[in-house]
Amino acid sequence: MTNLTNLTDLTAKAAVDAIAAGDLDAAELFTAYREAAAAEDLNAYTWVADQTPDLSAAAALPLRGVPLAVKDLFCTQGVPSQAGSKILEGYRPPYDATVVAQLAAAGTSLLGKTNQDEFAMGSSNENSAYGPVKNPWDHTRVPGGSSGGSAAAVAAGLAPWALGTDTGGSIRQPAALCGIVGLKPTYGSVSRYGMIAFASSLDQAGPFARDVTDAALLYSHMHGRDPRDATSVGRPDADAIALPTGERLDGLRLGVPDDLTGEGVEPGVWTAFEAALETAKGLGATVERVALPHAGYGLNAYYVIAPAEASSNLARFDGVRYGARAEADDLITMYTKTRHDYMGTEVKRRILIGTYALSSGFYDAYYASAQKVRTLIARDFTTAFAGVDLIVTPTSPGVAFPLGAKTEDPLSMYLNDIFTIPISLAGIPALSLPCGLSEGLPVGLQLAGPAFSENRILEAAYALEQAFAFDNTPSAIGGAPS
Amino acid sequence: MSTTTYETVIGLEIHVQLKTATKMFCGCELTFGEPPNTRVCPVCLALPGALPVGNAEAIHLGIMIGHALGCEIAPRMKFDRKQYFYPDSPKGYQISQFDEPLCAGGEIGGVRINRVHLEEDAAKTIHAGASGRIHGSEASVVDFNRGGTPLAEIVTEPDIHSAEQAGEFLRLLRTTLRVLGVSDVNMEEGSLRCDANISIRPAGTTELGTKTELKNMNSFRYIERGIRAEVARQTALLDAGERIVQETLHFDPRTERLTSMRSKEEAQDYRYFPEPDLVPVPVDAAMLDRARAAMPELPAARQARFEADLSLHPDTAKLLAWRSELGDWFEAALAASPDGVSPQTAGPLANWTTNELLTRLGGDVDPATSKVTPAAMAQLVALVTARTVTAGAGKEVLDTLIAEGGDPAQIVEAKGLGAVGGEDTLAPIVAEALAANPDIAERLRGGDMKPMGVIIGHVMKATKGRADGGEVTKLVRAQLGV
Repeated sequence: MTNLTNLTDLTAKAAVDAIAAGDLDAAELFTAYREAAAAEDLNAYTWVADQTPDLSAAAALPLRGVPLAVKDLFCTQGVPSQAGSKILEGYRPPYDATVVAQLAAAGTSLLGKTNQDEFAMGSSNENSAYGPVKNPWDHTRVPGGSSGGSAAAVAAGLAPWALGTDTGGSIRQPAALCGIVGLKPTYGSVSRYGMIAFASSLDQAGPFARDVTDAALLYSHMHGRDPRDATSVGRPDADAIALPTGERLDGLRLGVPDDLTGEGVEPGVWTAFEAALETAKGLGATVERVALPHAGYGLNAYYVIAPAEASSNLARFDGVRYGARAEADDLITMYTKTRHDYMGTEVKRRILIGTYALSSGFYDAYYASAQKVRTLIARDFTTAFAGVDLIVTPTSPGVAFPLGAKTEDPLSMYLNDIFTIPISLAGIPALSLPCGLSEGLPVGLQLAGPAFSENRILEAAYALEQAFAFDNTPSAIGGAPS
Repeated sequence: MSTTTYETVIGLEIHVQLKTATKMFCGCELTFGEPPNTRVCPVCLALPGALPVGNAEAIHLGIMIGHALGCEIAPRMKFDRKQYFYPDSPKGYQISQFDEPLCAGGEIGGVRINRVHLEEDAAKTIHAGASGRIHGSEASVVDFNRGGTPLAEIVTEPDIHSAEQAGEFLRLLRTTLRVLGVSDVNMEEGSLRCDANISIRPAGTTELGTKTELKNMNSFRYIERGIRAEVARQTALLDAGERIVQETLHFDPRTERLTSMRSKEEAQDYRYFPEPDLVPVPVDAAMLDRARAAMPELPAARQARFEADLSLHPDTAKLLAWRSELGDWFEAALAASPDGVSPQTAGPLANWTTNELLTRLGGDVDPATSKVTPAAMAQLVALVTARTVTAGAGKEVLDTLIAEGGDPAQIVEAKGLGAVGGEDTLAPIVAEALAANPDIAERLRGGDMKPMGVIIGHVMKATKGRADGGEVTKLVRAQLGV
């Protein structure tokens, strides 16, 4: 018999290969993860499969029945899908999100649903109605957000890989803070159908993985045009996501945006980032400065556009057809009480901001202006990519911060996403790769490329990953009991 | 007594349910009269995560309407979200079109069209209780079968100046839409609905008065009555020196009463913004051509053809062309005419159809629902034209056809309605009439033709109306030598 404690050390790709070779039993692997997930103390999961399914059919499929953790923002048929909100407590959708169905068809098996900031609004996972998630590197610190549960689960060995969603950094920032790989694909390359909407023009699903190869493997089964999502376009090079192999970066031109990387970055993060650039040069890459003159306005534009769309998307949660319902004597009071009692402070804050931004008389000043800024930012990137192949920044200006440190100050919380948001607004792909430690905590390197350049990003990230040789096993520091 | 004469100004908003196989933004089948909530899916129930996908057929039908009304078609199909919170709108917003309607401009029946845009229909709310309205109802239930039905909203300019003109315009529009095949245009089933914006102003002035909106009238008669009632109400207010309050009114056709639904102070801010789930789709030449190729002959063209090819009187041509069912019935009869298709056959047939038949059936009745077949009508008119029966006898035959149906020749035969003619038969009867009225005969002989009617009357009485007046006159002249 295989030693169960070692099974969860395998990367997903290694597990797929071992099952394919007959050296590993898919059900045994699932059970190992299921038991680990059921016993976890990070609050990473909001639901874990209570038994190991029959995986004989899945084991014959490309992904061989390897377990998958899924952010609770995705609808999973018959399985609680609560989006981190009380208003969806106990909600079990009658259908699977397209991505969930696609991955099941490729052979993954649903291990559990992961905790998140309510409706994906947050950068620390402290906005979850089901309690904050702890960072596996330091249990007194946040895992990042909004996909904090997925990031923590993968980093802690509670899942081989996981699905997350990224609207303004919700995959990349928690991946950085938890020391794993996270990919936000090109907007439109992955279906949004069945992903509970936060900001429709920005939301995109992507993988969390322990290494670049696993991220590439999971993404290779996620993308594709979905006839049920009018904004999905698939990839121009359909099914052409290759597992990366190159170990050199010869001729690769990296750009560092002057306009983004100035103030507010923790010294330890900056040091790790500069070391990463030196490593890249050592692999044959060139590094130059690029201008993104409007990127500095990204945060401002984002906090108009995303709340505006959210204020509309969240109007459907009224307590009538699904989820939690407050008791009241009349309809209007029921609506009001349901939304008041079962939506969190941050969600209500953004609904109010968004409602205001769309109001008659304010639309041009806020929403229309923000959309113009968005267009300018997208053009900045297009111009920059004429001179460089990829743009690199730290993923987050700081490492994982203590729980509660920023909950009273939304603005400082929002600043966590200063490097990730402009990329979201431009709709282009970006990946966060752990590149070192600062104060014993992981630092993420963000690599962004033009639309549909995922292969280029994955290749570069893979070469850097080999050179960094980052040990992604959370070391017991601070308040970590493990 | 009114001291001022007022001009009525009316603009109409017409909602037309489009006759597509499926709903506007999902694959649910469109039916009428199914059990409640059986034609629903995650999309039209607005379940979390569901996304809309535009119905290409609805866009095609929208372009056809635009062509028919002479509108300019927008270069792209762009949707917006219109936010409003009501139980019939499960998303909390309606997908509609705001600043870029599919069709703009145009004219029909002398009324200019402002715009035609596409949107989705709301679900149907049924309020239990005496009022039948949400206020004061004991319970309200929602049937989502109708929710998401494609709608075209047609908005006219304020070019209508009377209830009668509104009715005539709506009949022409309904015919046009029916001929286009884009809708069932059934007001009772709600596939055609009309709101009227009504104001009055002193005759000869140009500034528009304060308008009120008359909502949800479900028959042309109610619309005309509602407009009359509202114009009377506004006139009385102004005559009394009072002001018109801008508000939405409900007209109760049973009581003829107008009640306020909401005033402008409660008017909603719909917070329109571009629907991020639906990317704008270019309306290309192929789509325009496909719609143009599908265009049937429209009422105005049909009227012109009736006048030019069949020499029908413009009023008759208009009546037949603007009521497509009448035009279809007439053309079927004409095709069955034993004497072939020509102005000589068309004229009498049109007159018999519009005068004799419609008068007997009732103005709004579709002759296709009567027992008179188009072929029977054609034969009857041919018999009259050939003087085989007199016009009077022909009308008797028509009465029989309406009551029992059947074959005109057989009815003539069975009832002995054949014309009494020819010198051998008629001359003795004329001689008898002259003999019985020597005074009249004397006056006629003296050249005073005025009392000819007395002799004709006598002959008609003797022949039970089956003689031809002209032939009688000829025989009188011959016998008296005048």
